[in-house]
Amino acid sequence: MAALLDVKNLKVHFHTRNGLVKAVDDVSFSVNAGETLAIVGESGSGKSVTCYSLLDLLPKPPAKIEGGTAMFDGEDLLTCDKDRMRHFRGNDIAMIFQDPMTSLNPNLTVGEQLIEPLIYHPDKARRQDRATAKLRAIELLNEVGIVNSERRFDSYPHEFSGGMRQRVMIAMALINEPRLLICDEPTTALDVTIQAQILDLIKQLQKSRDVAVIFISHDLGVVAGIADKVLVMCNGVAMESGDTDKIFYHTENDYTRRLLDAIPEGAKTMANRAQSENLVEVSNLRTWFKDFSGPKLNIVKAVEDASLTIKRGEILGLVGESGSGKSTLGRSILQLAPTTEGTVTFDGTQLTGMSPAKLVPWRRRMQMIFQDPYASLNPRMTVFETLAEPLLYHGIADKNTVTEQVQQLMDDVGLARGHMRKYPHEFSGGQRQRIAIGRAIATKPELIIADEPVSALDVTIQAQVLDLILELVERHNLTMLFISHDLSVVRYISDRVLVMHHGVLIEQGDTEHLWANPQQDYTKNLLKAIPLADPKSERARLSS
Amino acid sequence: MNSNSTIMAAEKGTSLWEDAWIKLSKNRLALVGLGLLIFLCVISLLTPWIAPYGYEKQDLLMGATPPSAEHWLGTDVFGRDMLTRIMWGGRVSLMVGFIATAVALAIGVVYGAVAGYVGGRVDAVMMRLVDILYALPFMIFIILLMVVFGRNLLLLFFAIGAVEWLTMARIVRGQVMSLRKQEFVEAAHSLGLSQWIIIRRHIIPNTLGPVIVYTTLTIPSVMLLEAFLSFLGLGIQPPQSSWGLLINYGVETMEEYPWLLIFPGIALSLTLFALNFLGDGLRDALDPRTAKD
Repeated sequence: MAALLDVKNLKVHFHTRNGLVKAVDDVSFSVNAGETLAIVGESGSGKSVTCYSLLDLLPKPPAKIEGGTAMFDGEDLLTCDKDRMRHFRGNDIAMIFQDPMTSLNPNLTVGEQLIEPLIYHPDKARRQDRATAKLRAIELLNEVGIVNSERRFDSYPHEFSGGMRQRVMIAMALINEPRLLICDEPTTALDVTIQAQILDLIKQLQKSRDVAVIFISHDLGVVAGIADKVLVMCNGVAMESGDTDKIFYHTENDYTRRLLDAIPEGAKTMANRAQSENLVEVSNLRTWFKDFSGPKLNIVKAVEDASLTIKRGEILGLVGESGSGKSTLGRSILQLAPTTEGTVTFDGTQLTGMSPAKLVPWRRRMQMIFQDPYASLNPRMTVFETLAEPLLYHGIADKNTVTEQVQQLMDDVGLARGHMRKYPHEFSGGQRQRIAIGRAIATKPELIIADEPVSALDVTIQAQVLDLILELVERHNLTMLFISHDLSVVRYISDRVLVMHHGVLIEQGDTEHLWANPQQDYTKNLLKAIPLADPKSERARLSS
Repeated sequence: MNSNSTIMAAEKGTSLWEDAWIKLSKNRLALVGLGLLIFLCVISLLTPWIAPYGYEKQDLLMGATPPSAEHWLGTDVFGRDMLTRIMWGGRVSLMVGFIATAVALAIGVVYGAVAGYVGGRVDAVMMRLVDILYALPFMIFIILLMVVFGRNLLLLFFAIGAVEWLTMARIVRGQVMSLRKQEFVEAAHSLGLSQWIIIRRHIIPNTLGPVIVYTTLTIPSVMLLEAFLSFLGLGIQPPQSSWGLLINYGVETMEEYPWLLIFPGIALSLTLFALNFLGDGLRDALDPRTAKD
């Protein structure tokens, strides 16, 4: 049987001002009906470009398809004209994008967007009237698991949560009964429990409709359960392709090996360094925000009655899904978010209620590492300026010693000294995060609050940065509150873990103990939803 | 990439401004703009010594004549040499353009940055004040100033600047509000930096792009505003002149004596082009994300 989609020797180049970039270099793959192909790779590997080029969605120029064929049901997608391409897009190939928050038009109801492809179908004979289209849309909304779909048909996107919006996107992709579904990181922006549900849904729909699926992801754990075949890409080149089991259990490729090894598993080897002394004590902390955006004043209770202690030398993990208030709690401890009630005590001194001026000497002793290394560095300051600022401001260095101290910091975080005069945009994500970490340890702090420091990074870089953090914790006797939504990462790095849900700390315990015996249902579900890079157990979980 | 200059730059530790200059000097269009502006400024400064005729020297018998060997750009209805008048007019126009814009820039950027950064009630009050000033007919405002302080060229410049800063303040405020929520500003907070240092080092430099572009748009609009005020008798008085005024008079006699409109028009357009090229070049040069070569 001929494959539904057969891509051979695809080459896509970008002709940019800074020279030629071979985004996709000689990549071949095929997908049959009812089959799932996962394309896995780190950022910049060309996995998305590959799929975008199939649907002619790349900006040309700078992109140019330099060669290859993509036979879809006997026709070449790369050479067909615009009308034919619209026909394919409308009828045969559908796409689901990463961010459900931006892929729906906020000014149209969900229903209106769903029926659009039906009532404005390019093929006049296949156009449907509004009433029929609506029935069909409601049916699909039911199928993707939206309750009350008749009423929800007239809701606007902002009335849906992230996971629900992704369900709507899936319904939209399926409305014309495509034969090929391309999913570009459809679960990356979602919480882990929601991710499990969406993966389940995609799997189910695929089985019931016999569509072919191309699933793009950076996360091997996510694709383990749903993929039949895997294609691993790196820098535009196909590194390895084959059956899922073969790739996961018997890979012959070094790069795939590295990807698999980089997935954090189990606990770190470093001993628990916690001392008996409490460095931070938080009691009955409340952080509420006033939200004026609605018609009525709405009080958002981001953190509700949180009490915790952080022992000196300890790495405390804080786990929660988006909106659980974990970042706000971290910022409240550092007095970066205004607290409403309760106290935060640092090394025996109460910080809550202190004036900003009085806080300055304390700020030196506690620092923060942020999630997004692209947003957390001033784009107009060089590495030197960024790292020198805290040193000079707090009088740790003077004009004569500052260069030397900045160089030491750069050595500390593993940046080459020659990069001192470069601007942030000249670095990769991992290197930027190293700069941000360097800035945080510049003042020789005792406490560091790391807010999702590795979640914006590729998995191999993530492993390096995690090891750097552990190394620095040991070398500089740091105490750390490590905030993350990624349970595997938290398990790897933390000595003790707190679980947060809807602003409330619901459970805590030593990491391995908590993993073995979670008490709360919420924690149990959270732990169960972690995708593992183990196809057999993942498949068992999805089918259950 | 010229590795030599890069290494030297790395050793010396170039600042944002030095980098900007290196990049600007590689942008030919921007250099042409800069050269043209400098040329115009020098001519204006030297006008009293190099102008071919006195600016008020009339020859009523001759009247308006087209360009000739004695009068390169022709003469106006009073027989005054156009080249001389454009040179003298340039002094006024360029001065208005630069001083009034500098005033607008200084007030607008600081005001907008403070409002956007502090936010909340302070921002609300500051912006309502801007709204009120917007609503106030600016002619009344300027006439009032003229009545209170007497007619004075320098005061006129400040009055125009005091009107033009409103839009600048709004632009800067919007920029600052989005910058304020960026993580690098929060990082600066957690380092314990003072508010003023955060505004100066982390906020204002990141608003430069739109500010520069708007500045290059403000200068010509200020020049035309001056012409309008002068036309109403609130600005400079004949026989003194400015480009805006010359253009105004030129429009009236456009059909009989087109050169009275064309030449001052060219002078103003050249300045405009020069400013735009330079503005675009500066915006790119001050953005470290654009390549150095």
